[in-house]
Amino acid sequence: MNLNFKHEWIETNIGLMAVLTMLAISVGGLVEIAPLFFIDKTIEKVEGVRPYTPLEQRGRDIYIREGCYTCHSQMIRPFRDEKLRYGHYSLAAESQYDHPFQWGSKRTGPDLARVGGKYSNEWHVQHLIAPRSMVPESVMPNYPWLLTTPLDISDVESRLKALRKVGVPYSLTQAEYDANVGKFGETVARQLHIPDARKNLVEQANFGNYDGDRSGISEMDALVAYLQVLGTMVDFSKYSDDAFVDYR
Amino acid sequence: MSEQKLQSQTVQTTGHAWDGDLQEYNNPLPTWWVYTFYVTVVFAIVYWIIYPSWPMGKGWIGGLSTITYVNSEGETRTHSWNTRALLLEDLNRASAEQKPYFDKVSAMSYEQIARDPEMNGFILSSGKALFADNCAPCHQAGGQGKVGFFPNLTDDDWLYGGSYDKINETLMHGRRGYMPAFGEVLDGAQIDQLANYVASLSGMRHDSAKAAAGNALFHSETAACFYCHGPDAKGRRDIGAPNLTDSVWLWANVPGAEDDDGKIAAIRGVIAGGLAKGVMPAWAGRLSPEQIKVLTVYVHELGGGQ
Repeated sequence: MNLNFKHEWIETNIGLMAVLTMLAISVGGLVEIAPLFFIDKTIEKVEGVRPYTPLEQRGRDIYIREGCYTCHSQMIRPFRDEKLRYGHYSLAAESQYDHPFQWGSKRTGPDLARVGGKYSNEWHVQHLIAPRSMVPESVMPNYPWLLTTPLDISDVESRLKALRKVGVPYSLTQAEYDANVGKFGETVARQLHIPDARKNLVEQANFGNYDGDRSGISEMDALVAYLQVLGTMVDFSKYSDDAFVDYR
Repeated sequence: MSEQKLQSQTVQTTGHAWDGDLQEYNNPLPTWWVYTFYVTVVFAIVYWIIYPSWPMGKGWIGGLSTITYVNSEGETRTHSWNTRALLLEDLNRASAEQKPYFDKVSAMSYEQIARDPEMNGFILSSGKALFADNCAPCHQAGGQGKVGFFPNLTDDDWLYGGSYDKINETLMHGRRGYMPAFGEVLDGAQIDQLANYVASLSGMRHDSAKAAAGNALFHSETAACFYCHGPDAKGRRDIGAPNLTDSVWLWANVPGAEDDDGKIAAIRGVIAGGLAKGVMPAWAGRLSPEQIKVLTVYVHELGGGQ
């Protein structure tokens, strides 16, 4: 390619080179990311998706702390084999309050996007303590400390406040709470109110008794509460099976 | 040698020099590479035309390629190519192949399905996959269950009943087992007596004197075991209370105990602590009625169907 163009112009002018470099590398972003802010068909309009309750959110923190995501994705792809094994494909709307989202394709273990309600709490507890006692061929590590470690709830408000900063509608003020009542209904809105977070967490853990041990709230309570809500928020029986085709 | 080689070639330079003599070679790309690059550019343009690609305002260009499918409302729709429409097309094709079988599953009674050799083959193959995906994590790959956690489905000892209808009911709506804890109601000696009585019911080694006292306690209002397990201790299927007179154990890990004392201790543990487990999830929302019917017959045929 022998144009009347000289490398020297750019290579000897560092200011021009910086500007041109910037332009070159921003093309990818402009083409792939920028349109997503204008396209109104990226997030499906479905009912039922809500932020996690304080207990579920603490469970999610433990999920991330223990690195569950390194083997388990939470993204069912629109393939027939995945639909048959895991259920309806995941919607973008279902992870709209996840920070960070748990999409992926690295599946040493099965996808967990719709594991909620699939097994009983006692199965989860036993399986987390000793996976091979439930599934002999499993290669999952044992997590026995979850049941014996009390859940640290001292900073739950701060954790929710941090999520609120990035756009998750946990409420701090009465006005925000009222907005949540309008958006999610009163039962859910109450769970999302940060000043009551600790009280709500204790109530849910005591009522649900997810780890089968009433003597206290363990990390197991939180993690099982989180696992049991995964993928259960949207009632797909309310939608036609092609209701989400237009969103792709 | 490298110097010789460089001298023998006539390579263009980029045409400028730094520090007086520092120059840079300009090696043009091989022709085949350049043309391959042009071909990929043309390929990309064709791809953009066929498949969804460029964003446009609030949407995007759908492309020329389309997919036609029938949705759950029975309407035939044509949509620009995307993976979600492709899935529906794929599901349409698969269900068309399976439809004759699933139609038969819906139309036939359980007994008819079990007697029909062709349908039996269908149940065995499709039921096996459904069982492995959904049931095996708890009831284990062969349906043998797990003592202390999940019941064995291959024997004829049923908590809630082993008829087709009862198995179907269990699958559709789930179950929730419960036994109150007697640790605070009864003292240690009484619990030991009850444990010996329960051991005697299934012919295990026990202390006869304790068992006799346990028998009285079992049928008394103090412990009131007979309310749920029945006066003959054979259990009550309407509430999922197990039969205590057979040698099948689910909650007390009697088979795993090392000696006779261990067996009695396992029974004592259940009496004292009660049970808040025994939860079977409901599958009505997760699986279709036909799939649940397939599983009903499959579980019935695991060995213990009644």
